[in-house]
Amino acid sequence: MTKSVFFGALATAGLLAGAASAQTLAEVQERDTLRCGVTTGLVGFAAPNEEGEWEGFDVAICRAVAAAVLGDGSKVEFIPTTGSTRFTALASGEIDLLARNTTWTFSRDVDLEFEFAGVNYYDGQGFLVRKDLGVTSANELDGATVCIQTGTTTELNLADFFRANDMSYEPVPIETNAEAQQQYLANACDVYTTDASGLAATRASFENPGDHMLLPEIISKEPLGPLVRHGDNAWGDIARWTLNALIAAEELGVTSENLEEMAAGTDNPEINRLLGSEGNLGEMLGLSSDWAVNAISAGGNYGEIFEDNIGADTAIGLDRGLNAQWTNGGLLYSPPFR
Amino acid sequence: MTAMTDTQSDQGFHPSQLIYDTRYRSITIQIIALICVLAGFGWLINNAVTNLAAAGQDFNFDFLGNVAGYDINQKIIDYDSQMTHGRATLVGLLNTLLVAVLGCITCTVIGVTMGVLRLSNNWIVQKLATVYVEGFRNVPVLLWIVLTMGVMIKLPPDPRAFRSGDASMILWDSVAITNRGVYVPRIIYEAGSSIVVGVLILSIIGIFAFRRLARKRQEATGAILPVFWVSLGLLFIPVIIAQFVMGSPVSLQNPYFRGFNFTDGVHLRNSLIALWLALSLYTGAFVAENVRAGILAVSKGQTEAAAALGIRPRRIMNLVVLPQAMRVIVPPMISNYLNLTKNSSLALAIGYMDLTGTLGNITRNQTGREMECVLLLMGIYLILSLGISSLGNLYNNSVKLKER
Ligand SMILES: N[C@@H](CCC(=O)N[C@@H](CS)C(=O)NCC(=O)O)C(=O)O
Repeated sequence: MTKSVFFGALATAGLLAGAASAQTLAEVQERDTLRCGVTTGLVGFAAPNEEGEWEGFDVAICRAVAAAVLGDGSKVEFIPTTGSTRFTALASGEIDLLARNTTWTFSRDVDLEFEFAGVNYYDGQGFLVRKDLGVTSANELDGATVCIQTGTTTELNLADFFRANDMSYEPVPIETNAEAQQQYLANACDVYTTDASGLAATRASFENPGDHMLLPEIISKEPLGPLVRHGDNAWGDIARWTLNALIAAEELGVTSENLEEMAAGTDNPEINRLLGSEGNLGEMLGLSSDWAVNAISAGGNYGEIFEDNIGADTAIGLDRGLNAQWTNGGLLYSPPFR
Repeated sequence: MTAMTDTQSDQGFHPSQLIYDTRYRSITIQIIALICVLAGFGWLINNAVTNLAAAGQDFNFDFLGNVAGYDINQKIIDYDSQMTHGRATLVGLLNTLLVAVLGCITCTVIGVTMGVLRLSNNWIVQKLATVYVEGFRNVPVLLWIVLTMGVMIKLPPDPRAFRSGDASMILWDSVAITNRGVYVPRIIYEAGSSIVVGVLILSIIGIFAFRRLARKRQEATGAILPVFWVSLGLLFIPVIIAQFVMGSPVSLQNPYFRGFNFTDGVHLRNSLIALWLALSLYTGAFVAENVRAGILAVSKGQTEAAAALGIRPRRIMNLVVLPQAMRVIVPPMISNYLNLTKNSSLALAIGYMDLTGTLGNITRNQTGREMECVLLLMGIYLILSLGISSLGNLYNNSVKLKER
């Protein structure tokens, strides 16, 4: 008895000892796969397709980072996380990168000690209702039953919104999007609330998407982005600049079609620096000089990733809106590659 | 132990005796083991603190005083999102206690009934009880919880069906069964209701007094008083008179549909019902087996002797067999109650906001205080379990065989 307790304690301590480490790049290279935390399944953002391969807007970020670091966008192990397990998974070192519709907030950055690589989708919290509920504004929701995912910013915003508007509601806390969808479709709640992009993706998977609508109110700012553990700045830089490379590629007109041609060298020095035919940016990151070429070839530039997974031509049908390049009136703005 | 192999004690103490002398050896080994375990724990804690520090995190419980920011649907005490994480923890703890108490009561009722029925001479009844026991005992309780919740969400009509007339309330429009839970009437107390409640309490005291008296009478004279009917009368008649005289101060308010949901009744959420039901049925199966074992442990001669005295079968069970069986039943019963209480933390799977749902999930996740929350959670469950054990042991002492 005492013996087994003792060895159990040893094993636990051993596990704890593995957690704190600032060598993520070396670990990923040695393992030759990137461990990437994604959702448990939200079509368009991260979900396995019929062949069992993960695809989506967040998945593309994982693949781009894997391609930048390991030269191959398929060297990713996807780890499904729920709203309330994702931070434990990242903090404990179970995953190297979290790309899961995660809102960049002060407390997550400063208090929970994560490092956001940037924003890959500017979003806000919305409400999904059945059209025949007869509600046209979120201000008419007094007394409604609302499905929410636990461990999210959503549940905090919701509490604030109803308080500020002096309305009451009945929260139904739920772990995953799939369960929330079930309860909502069974009418166990009147409203489903989460990020508007997530709502659009969820609605697209309904049998009759036309029977449901998003209310016009967007009650919060939800800048969603990939994140890593605080303290490993070199790894944080890789995630940040891979995302920037995808955004800059769109701005500079580098697409998966002309990538090869442009990588050989162009008369635009910024493109040359980005794609590695000039300067040594890759080396500064501790990566090969064609790191950005690999990242872009994994799924295209930011615009291509957007259009392929959640854009106007997909079932989800999201407009670029705030997520257009700054040159087109959006908020996407990559710092210069110099 | 008095068995001794060496007889050198008169030759003075020598350190090698610590290993070779059987009088000291076991103590030596125990002390060494204790030192190792303590050192192990010390290293473990030191390691955790060092690693937390390396990750830039301190270890403190200040977050319990910060604003929680989230809402909880089922709250037994006052709570809103501007109150603290500590308060949210308390709300969760009360929800855990609620489902644990309800579950322990129902699992006992179900278990005792099923345990007795499993020994029935009626083939069908006996087989049905067996199917129940084996069915529930052999499937993980999480599946039962999720299944029950699924049924509760899918089967009953949603509240709007009541508005359109596709569904209607039952029991003279007092109870609504919906897929958001069951709404039952609320009791309203108006002026003068304290008198009615007072009368009720007095009646209950009266019933106990009467039962004592009846037992004394029976022991002294052998005459059996009609305890059941008198108790029933004592319970209802004075209260009804008081209620009538005071002009019906205590009344029931039926729930009714307004806006999105039923209001004005008591809302038994389907997460509570599903958890309560699944835990009771699951634990009930184990209780049934304990009860059966307890009854079988009472020698058959007892039953036969009682039957020879002409006592009816029901009375044999209640007066002869069960009191003796209790001695076997009670100790494992305590562990069933413990299991039920701990299993209630599976509430997380269906969104019942118990201690694990508040402190162990939302608070942990929003504050990022993993270590603190989990340790606190473990501590609270430990205290709860120790409390249940000691209550159970107190009861066990009162029913166990008294050697005179
Ligand atoms: N942005 C919010 C909410 C994130 C969230 O949970 N989003 C949902 C819907 S958009 C999701 O990704 N669900 C997928 C799943 O359940 O795994 C946060 O970071 O707290």
